[in-house]
Amino acid sequence: MKKLLIALLFTFVSTGAYAGGHSPCGVTNGTINVLANEFTTLRIVMEEAEKCAGSDADFSVTHSVDHQKLQGPALEANPAEFTAKIVTNGSITPLMSKGLLRPLDDLVEKYGANLNKSQLITFDGKVYAVAFMANAQHLWYRESIFNELGIAVPTTYEEVIAAAEKIKASGKMDNPYAGAFKAGWNLSQEFVNMYLGHGGEFFKPGTAEPSINNAKGVAALNVIKKLTELSNPDFLTQDTNAVKEEWESGNVAIMHIWGSGAASLLDDEGDQAIKADTRLAAPPTVGGGSAAATTLWWDGLAIAKNTSDENAEASFRALVGAASSTEMANNNPNAAVWLINGYTPGDAAVGVLAAAKMGATPYPSIPQMGLLHGAMSDEMVEFLQGNESAEKALEDIEAAYIAKAKEQGFL
Amino acid sequence: MPHKTFFWFFFPSGLAMVLFIGLPIFSSFFQSLHIEPEQILIEVETCDPFGCETEVQVDQEATALARAENPLGRFNGLETYKDRNHLAFGEVKEAWVSTNNFSDFMKKVLNLPFYKSLLFTLTFCFSVTPCVIVLGFIVALSVNVLAKSIKGMVIFGTILPMIVTPLIGSLVLFWMIDSQGILGATIQIIFDDPNLSLKSSKKLTWITLIIYGIWHNTPFAFVVFYAGLQTVPQDPMEAAVIDGASRSQRVRHIVLPHLYPVATFIALICLMDNFRVFEPIIGFSAEGVAQSLSWMIYKDLRNETLMLFGSAGATSMLTILGVGILLTPVLIRTWKEFKTER
Repeated sequence: MKKLLIALLFTFVSTGAYAGGHSPCGVTNGTINVLANEFTTLRIVMEEAEKCAGSDADFSVTHSVDHQKLQGPALEANPAEFTAKIVTNGSITPLMSKGLLRPLDDLVEKYGANLNKSQLITFDGKVYAVAFMANAQHLWYRESIFNELGIAVPTTYEEVIAAAEKIKASGKMDNPYAGAFKAGWNLSQEFVNMYLGHGGEFFKPGTAEPSINNAKGVAALNVIKKLTELSNPDFLTQDTNAVKEEWESGNVAIMHIWGSGAASLLDDEGDQAIKADTRLAAPPTVGGGSAAATTLWWDGLAIAKNTSDENAEASFRALVGAASSTEMANNNPNAAVWLINGYTPGDAAVGVLAAAKMGATPYPSIPQMGLLHGAMSDEMVEFLQGNESAEKALEDIEAAYIAKAKEQGFL
Repeated sequence: MPHKTFFWFFFPSGLAMVLFIGLPIFSSFFQSLHIEPEQILIEVETCDPFGCETEVQVDQEATALARAENPLGRFNGLETYKDRNHLAFGEVKEAWVSTNNFSDFMKKVLNLPFYKSLLFTLTFCFSVTPCVIVLGFIVALSVNVLAKSIKGMVIFGTILPMIVTPLIGSLVLFWMIDSQGILGATIQIIFDDPNLSLKSSKKLTWITLIIYGIWHNTPFAFVVFYAGLQTVPQDPMEAAVIDGASRSQRVRHIVLPHLYPVATFIALICLMDNFRVFEPIIGFSAEGVAQSLSWMIYKDLRNETLMLFGSAGATSMLTILGVGILLTPVLIRTWKEFKTER
């Protein structure tokens, strides 16, 4: 069933849009105040939402890379600091757990005429968010360097490592590989990718007890260590944006970052020679596994519970206007893999589409996942710097998580 | 001053201290004794663009009900203080039993998050504070002998590091020590090692943070010492000059004893400030290799999708306790001096 749905989604057959309904745009009353992550694609969506809201609307938006830290307290306040939040399958869970989002069924009924059914995110049958784009981390490489050295496009991490070693040996680049290894959320995310790529499970089935201290976890850590050895020595301070800068400076020949990075990497700014040489490829598999070592994400809109019905309706209208705008999607085909009705994917969609086709797992929307994710980075650093063994690091991650999960009432 | 006058004089600031410092501390303490109510989990069907799955989710209604009954959460006593992410009594005991030499034991203990942070915090504190006092004193002495015409300018230049917001100051330095930044690239050329990076290893990051700490804090010591220098009595100085005392002798036998209480004051404030080191860790993106106690509090509140109030409260209390312990020797000394003066 899941495979079928993915196939349906990614062949971009319009899956029965809602009939009837009101046009969402042209909001005249109510306040719209959105909290969103900071990257180019979301800026495009927010511009469209502002346009849709119209010149009479009271529209404001806050872009912040710290959105995940801000969202809890901001939406818990009554009235909430923001009327709407751009969420992902990762960041929606804490909001759902605390009941800070409002069900959107009636609003979808009224204004969602142009939405695809697959855009609706439902929990227990109720719509809580409307997704507009899919995202995943995948491989990027410099074609001319690969051709010159006779390297084939890698499909596994073992090949990625071999390719990077070859480039390094050729003397072209000292640190040919790059990934978002910044200590904190990013570094932990690399482990999530690699562990899922090895076919690992984070928790014992049906419980909140961790189960990462196993051979798959050790293998995942070892692959990450190899990759960091081929990266800039400052890798612990580099997030996605820093990696993109390295790429645009021509210091990197192969990297694993978000598909949405295309919006800024393939634009008209920066070194056009590097841009013309940039190729996107499927995310690699690892350790002989069949599923890609990456996670699938959706980005979508959700509306705060603690806000007036008027504001909620206004916010929903403006954002759904953007989330169902075929025009926006087709004007920016490379900015994201849009889930929007009538979108024809551009060249840059290839990585994310491949991730989905290769059976990558969606990032787990489980309430205690954030705690485990938060516990990983510190111990991974100890391991990556050679201060402790992989087994010890995994044992410490589990212990740190258990203490936190007990405090949060999960164990 | 009569006690009554003193009382009314002190009352407004005392009230403000109770309201804005005392009560929050008490509330943090109270919070640290509690943990969240049990999360009631149910399995629901969730659908997203990638398909439908039955997943564990928090039962909102039941959990909200449990929360409404017990808004503070479950009472947990001092358990949070004792858990692995804080004082870790169990783990420390286990380490003591399972190792047979001290260095192995320390290695195990320093692997625990609280002790790891404490080690960095104390290293930072005790490296920065003495350097700041010595440097501040030297700078104050040097500025004091400058010609009047350039003094103002120099003083302004000297206190700049303190005026710059810590976060901005550390960010500017962070970019400069980048391997492509002016300092980072120069260091690579000097040591002839293209892979040398100040951000890559634990040792170098610690040294960078400590140098930043000294750079940022020295102006404070300078300002206080400089003010103190203006009060050095001129008569004994002149007498010393007539007696043929050199400049260093004058500094050692007249200026230093005179400024001793000032130095104590600076040490007190610096120890307290540096024990709460936080901004440079964020500015230098150093959380991977250098964590401080304040950073632990921040992480509990901000780095998680779920906020750990109890844990943050417990670390706050332990930090306050740490500051208290650190300041005790200085306070005892001051108290003794105060008594003898009477």
